Amino acid sequence: MIVHVLYFASLRDASSLERESLSHEGSLRDLFENLRERYGWRWTPAQLRVAVNGELTGWDRSLQEGDEIAFLPPVSGG
Amino acid sequence: MSTRFALSQQAIDADVLAASLRASQAGAFCVFEGWVRDHNEGRGVQGLRYEAYVELAEREGETILAEASQRFPGIQACCVHRLGELSIGDRAVWVGVSAAHRDAAFGACRWIIDEVKSRVPIWKHERYAEGDAAWLHPES
Repeated sequence: MIVHVLYFASLRDASSLERESLSHEGSLRDLFENLRERYGWRWTPAQLRVAVNGELTGWDRSLQEGDEIAFLPPVSGG
Repeated sequence: MSTRFALSQQAIDADVLAASLRASQAGAFCVFEGWVRDHNEGRGVQGLRYEAYVELAEREGETILAEASQRFPGIQACCVHRLGELSIGDRAVWVGVSAAHRDAAFGACRWIIDEVKSRVPIWKHERYAEGDAAWLHPES
């Protein structure tokens, strides 16, 4: 299936992309590990939050065709 | 009950926001402003840039203000956070709360800024005096 991934802050700098569409079969954690390896992210899932289709969600959520996924590094607003 | 959260690419107009929280039943008004300072963790800072996952940040900000109204009944609250390039001294974030009495105004204002800082997907990119720059990703 095709999923869309959004990148923010240091994750975006590492990928040099704001977003990309990927063919992926497997879990959200599998997707993260694939991208972590590809882009050399230093984060583990325990350190990040994840959002699907604009809503925060758990790492065990199953993915569906067309989902828009964002991995959120620790925030620094304020 | 009015609660509003916004992201702004333009300078925050504190007078307009404060006026929006005036109400005849309000006897207390508390505001917190976060400003861009010229140093962080021992390094000289020249300026910074804020970026957000806008769709989620707006939703999470509204959720925080709704939760504040549950915790502190009767308040009116507003929060605006800057995005884009900021200079030293600029307002980065503004939180205002009006309430009948000061306990709720102080309490809600403090609670809202703490929740915004820990939950809303906004990231700070600092430019340092030495010419380098970095994203801040504080690990709790």
